[in-house]
Amino acid sequence: MPPIKPRHAMPSQDPEQRRRNFEEVATGYLEPLALGESSRCLTCPKPGCYTGCPVNVNIKDFVALVKEGKYLDAYKKIKETNSLPAVCGRVCPQEEQCEKFCLIGKRNEPVAVGRLERFVADWAMEHGVEPEKPAPNGHKVAVVGSGPAGLTCAGDLAMKGYKVTVFEALHKAGGVLIYGIPEFRLPKRIVAAEVKNLEKLGVEIITNVVVGKSVTLDDLFADGYEAIFVGTGAGLPKFMGVPGETLNGVFSANEYLTRTNLMKAYLFPEYDTPIKHGKKVAVVGAGNVAMDCVRSALRHGADDAFVVYRRTEHEMTARKEEFEHAIEEGVVFHWLTNPVRVIGDENGWVKGLECVKMELGEPDESGRRRPVEVKGSNFVMDCDMVVVALGTSPNPLLSQTTPGLKTEKWGGLIVEEETNATTREGVYAGGDAVTGSATVILAMGAGKKAAKAIDEYIQKKSK
Amino acid sequence: MYKILSKRDLTDITKLFVVDAPFVARKAEPGQFVIVRVREEGERVPLTIADFDRGKGTVTVVIQEVGLTSKLINQLKPGDSFQDFVGPLGKPCPIEESGTVVLAGGGFGVAPVYPIAKKMKAEGKVHIVSIIGARTKDLLILEPEMRSVSDELIIITDDGSYGRKAFPTDIIKEMREKGTKIDRVIAIGPMVMMRAVANLTKTLGLPTYVSADPIMVDGTGMCGACRLTVGGKVKFACVDGPILDGHQVDFEEAIRRGKMYATEQKTALDHHHECQCGGGH
Repeated sequence: MPPIKPRHAMPSQDPEQRRRNFEEVATGYLEPLALGESSRCLTCPKPGCYTGCPVNVNIKDFVALVKEGKYLDAYKKIKETNSLPAVCGRVCPQEEQCEKFCLIGKRNEPVAVGRLERFVADWAMEHGVEPEKPAPNGHKVAVVGSGPAGLTCAGDLAMKGYKVTVFEALHKAGGVLIYGIPEFRLPKRIVAAEVKNLEKLGVEIITNVVVGKSVTLDDLFADGYEAIFVGTGAGLPKFMGVPGETLNGVFSANEYLTRTNLMKAYLFPEYDTPIKHGKKVAVVGAGNVAMDCVRSALRHGADDAFVVYRRTEHEMTARKEEFEHAIEEGVVFHWLTNPVRVIGDENGWVKGLECVKMELGEPDESGRRRPVEVKGSNFVMDCDMVVVALGTSPNPLLSQTTPGLKTEKWGGLIVEEETNATTREGVYAGGDAVTGSATVILAMGAGKKAAKAIDEYIQKKSK
Repeated sequence: MYKILSKRDLTDITKLFVVDAPFVARKAEPGQFVIVRVREEGERVPLTIADFDRGKGTVTVVIQEVGLTSKLINQLKPGDSFQDFVGPLGKPCPIEESGTVVLAGGGFGVAPVYPIAKKMKAEGKVHIVSIIGARTKDLLILEPEMRSVSDELIIITDDGSYGRKAFPTDIIKEMREKGTKIDRVIAIGPMVMMRAVANLTKTLGLPTYVSADPIMVDGTGMCGACRLTVGGKVKFACVDGPILDGHQVDFEEAIRRGKMYATEQKTALDHHHECQCGGGH
């Protein structure tokens, strides 16, 4: 066997330059790199990569088509099972999914499946590839929420001929892809293009409707929808629960990112929504959302942007790539550090964050070693802004106003493992609304599973 | 798009819009609010619902000019549209079943008081004493409307240019001195006015609702921009309110948080002015 060529690096903006702009960090493979990288694939007879993909993309076949330069066919192959390839190619944690199972990856670096997927999806976008609209099957389904779970469910059902209407509470479709993930990781024109593709498939998207407030699930059934998918995400921000959290200059990650991304506050005053430009910004938490916040803070002009986390690098939930990008851009990480109080100045603005040092004790229920406070180790970190990125829980708006829709104590909707059916007939759910905050691709996998179950439910009922 | 069917100038800086928004009208209740955007670049701002007509599918909002967004909204004309208009959001105002209710509306806070009074009047179970006021005569709004839904209407101005020269607290004190039994006070207006009323009624032991009007972004419980402390606990005005127990609200904090973007508000107005004069891009 010839030696395996090294994996082709992703072309990226220089860290010094990109830390001050909102343009995409990774600029994407051009054709020679895509051809080179795809040629590393061994086209295994029994590929492992496929089993690692929550939406079952036929990776072996699409990569083989890239190898042959048949990009349109590669795109069609991906689209058979994935409604949002340009998104997945950018934000999936491939290292834990497809690429983890790549045979080459056992001895060398795995084939860069995500980068190839992105190349193919971007190629299709540039070449104006249009989806074919399937023949209608005469059935109506409502989808609540236009995030990754809802869009995937809508796309899969539309491909089967269902008339799908997606209801979105915000003024733009995309959910977390639009309000949460920053422009520099996922340009909003990419999300808009993927949404447009779904509309061309026949999916109708109605924005500015808060299901549970503007309409109820019962109203939707009364309007003739035969099944409903709930993909309302996990929108409720967690705060630290420490004194000083309502001081001016303390923000939830959701607020900080929504202002930046959905409302385009980085273009203020061309856009009307303002944002505070902290000079010393503390971000509490070390997941992907925390990385998005701390890197956004640099782009908003912070001199110092740092992460405060009560555990260590080994326990953090951020993707390795996001963490490395943050380090390259100059983000500082304070491990084993836990905030106990936000300190304000005489006008009620943040001027510091009091923390304690932690040490790792015995493993907790998550299997990670539990951080324990070091008594008397309190110290103050200077900062003029605090962004709290400790995760989110499902928004209770819909479950509170829908009789028969049962949730776990912590707010997650209860669903059947096999079908994602909720405790109400004809109502299915998936994504963060069920699991609490997780990844885009897991939400998409759930949307896909629910679409299949909804199809079976309606077909069985209408026999 | 959400079309403006009619517009009324209530004062030089306060405008009333009747908007075609059947989705909102269908479920709207007094005390709730909508979030609007005026244009593609616009911010999301909350406006309390000032009236609604389920049959016609319309919702009425009242806007007083304070910053850029309210200025842009007030420039809209009948036939123009809001870019976005979503709701109804927040919890409805609880409606009393019996007794005497004092409804105090200050400035353009009279607008959200109106649908509450209207509903109470329609149910006919309570005696409604409305106190409506403004800094000066020219800023008083909705007098005829409020008269039609109140059993007693008291008009006050800070400068005495119309009605009595008094604050709502003076009137409530007088009512109590005269021995009027008050079962509920609902005060909606500027933060300082609500704080004054709540401070008084706390000492008098009168249950009091106020309507918080903090900065919001999504309005559905997602961002927490609107959080305030109520009875020592952090609440989100958008989902836990906006109607809140006035005796429990930390007004100092709410006032401080309301000023968070004062500098940016000025920047936005200056920028807009420059563009209008052709000095910008």
